[in-house]
Amino acid sequence: MDIETVKTTDVATAKTVRISGSEAIIKCMIAEGVETLYGYPGGAIMPVYDELYKYRDQIHHVLTRHEQGAAHAAQGYARISGKVGVALATSGPGATNLITGIADAQIDSTPLVCITGQVASHLLGSDAFQETDIVGISTPVTKWNVQITKAADIPEVMAKAFYIAKSGRPGPVLVDITKDAQFEEFDFSYKKCTSVRSYKASCKPNIEAIQKAANLINGAKKPMIVWGQGVILGKAEAELKAVIEKAGIPSAWTILGASAIPTEHPLNIGMVGMHGNYAPNMLTNECDVLIAIGMRFDDRVTGNLSTYAKQAKVIHFEIDPAEIDKNVKTDVAVLGDSKLSLAELLPFLNETSHNEWHQKFKDLYAIEFEKVIKDDLHPTKEGLTMGEVINQINVQSKGDAAIVSDVGQHQMIACRYAKFNKTKSNITSGGLGTMGFGLPAAIGAKMAAPERDVVVIIGDGGFQMNIQELGTIFQQKVPVKIVVLNNEFLGMVRQWQQLFFDKRYASTEMTNPDFVTIAKGYYIAAKKITKREELAGAIEEMMTHEGAYFLEVCVEKEDNVFPMIPTGASVSDIRLS
Amino acid sequence: MESNQNTYTISIYTENNIGLLNRISAIFQRRHINIESLNTSISEIEDVSRFTIVVKLEEDRIKKIVGQIEKQVEVIKAYYHTDEETIYQESCMFKLKSDLLFEEREIQNIIKESNARIVTVNKEFFVLEKSGKRNEIEQLYRDFSVYGIMQFVRSGRIAVTKEEMKISQMLTAFN
Repeated sequence: MDIETVKTTDVATAKTVRISGSEAIIKCMIAEGVETLYGYPGGAIMPVYDELYKYRDQIHHVLTRHEQGAAHAAQGYARISGKVGVALATSGPGATNLITGIADAQIDSTPLVCITGQVASHLLGSDAFQETDIVGISTPVTKWNVQITKAADIPEVMAKAFYIAKSGRPGPVLVDITKDAQFEEFDFSYKKCTSVRSYKASCKPNIEAIQKAANLINGAKKPMIVWGQGVILGKAEAELKAVIEKAGIPSAWTILGASAIPTEHPLNIGMVGMHGNYAPNMLTNECDVLIAIGMRFDDRVTGNLSTYAKQAKVIHFEIDPAEIDKNVKTDVAVLGDSKLSLAELLPFLNETSHNEWHQKFKDLYAIEFEKVIKDDLHPTKEGLTMGEVINQINVQSKGDAAIVSDVGQHQMIACRYAKFNKTKSNITSGGLGTMGFGLPAAIGAKMAAPERDVVVIIGDGGFQMNIQELGTIFQQKVPVKIVVLNNEFLGMVRQWQQLFFDKRYASTEMTNPDFVTIAKGYYIAAKKITKREELAGAIEEMMTHEGAYFLEVCVEKEDNVFPMIPTGASVSDIRLS
Repeated sequence: MESNQNTYTISIYTENNIGLLNRISAIFQRRHINIESLNTSISEIEDVSRFTIVVKLEEDRIKKIVGQIEKQVEVIKAYYHTDEETIYQESCMFKLKSDLLFEEREIQNIIKESNARIVTVNKEFFVLEKSGKRNEIEQLYRDFSVYGIMQFVRSGRIAVTKEEMKISQMLTAFN
């Protein structure tokens, strides 16, 4: 490790003390403000766990039931708090089990520091017991990773790890530490890292680009904003709201941008993308200026790129230079932190209202409401819909709950229909689409924001991918509300099979166990409902219950999620049925 | 697609850290881009390494690749250049039977005309070194193939740009 690359502050260092590498790791975490971490012990990380025992009054370690659960819990913690999530695992299988969570964090720009134990340095490369090349394995899915073989390197590397994870476009960092480095003693002192010479976290917004953007926006007849998670990560919610309101721009969000602006805001026109709202998808191909803020033009958002917003001038506000022109060619790129950029933009904007243009969104919403939303939220047919469950949660939570969702049909329904009053309220696996994310992520979210109601919506498939984390919920007494929408299918795959594979339901039907008994086996209050008349009461009971609560709702087996843009189709080819 | 492809030399200034080669090569691997040649060495700046990578690509793709390379934490700066914008060389070595040197007059002519350099000679074999453009090295390879080549090896391209690369200024600004 070339420690010369780390430029530290001039802040006086703590007094030097001679300690072990493993104790140094704990001290570094405490210095970085880590209060809670998630993990699973094993041979190669035992010295660190031994120190954790010593520091248990200062740092709370949560024993998950699987390392994947630890990574996702750390993600949930990071997403709702804006802090760095920390996960800990042993070498070999412990480390590889973290990988799905790390990959998820990488694509969804979630700040994580994952610490893995490694076999002793003299055994490296010898195929020793529980040895894997976790640095090699994690390279494509980390923002940065490193292996430490000498205890003396720990402070510099840990400081750098936290700095890189949380600065600029956040992401996961993996630090692999050999067992001998954990035991080795050295003179410890710690300085936080504030810059790295080869790493530019962000740049100041270019004023010329901002003026160009303002001119385009001021001249637009039909402007439209699509914002993403960059707004939330940049804490730019107020600046975005000010821009939207001053320039009167209809504004849509990507799945990870949800909740940055309240759902009920009159200029909030809904979600874009494959299962987004009809109006913003249709009118993407009609707007004259498309303003993308902190989003990356994911293929689930753009559909067929060759027909995406071709008529529009595109302005891209983005912190990551590599995202500019990656998928959609921009006319004006404004690089930098969204909070600064939008604040700089605001004074250049004319006060406008685009009433006629906004009316088009309202008209198309009315069509979507009539053909899709009404039946989803207020069904008249017998079976329960996923939409009405979300609607009932909105009623009970008054839009103040944080909604964690797993991946599948229920996720799309939750993101479409959940009402959000507060930012950082939508926690879901967007880019990787990781089934099994929801339950452990909800643990982390609730632990980071104990004052908030945290409701996790999961399908019967995803629930069984990390069902063991019910044990963590029980042991840690995390009062999370778990709603399993059970349609006895891997619903999204089944929907695709129905629409595109001649209803050949290959391996998507699930014969499920008695979930309520399982939840009760973990000493979690649980209920199962099958009828509409039970719904409101059950949700109320769940929301008012003091501890964790498990609610299984048996929903229609073969309901589909619409609107839908088939893969490869244009956004304006969005289907309502 | 093929017709829009051009040969580009990518120059990457990096920290000298373990694992960075893996990170950089992974960027090409996941996009199914074949690396024509790759060279790593120290650079003109103390403690800064330099990668020189040659690829054949369309210009819009090379821009994106360089963007992804620059995004790596330990990459200080990455550039791409066309052949016209660089002065570039490759190096190669031939191991040939010593008999040829003494018995085949034509071999001596080839060595002289190609500006190849004899590195060593012994009873069994002699070794030639030649630096130059790819086509010069390939021509030499064809010429010697007739007589039999015992061993051949060619280096990756190394290149310097005709224009200044302002990397030193960037690093000065940091310090």
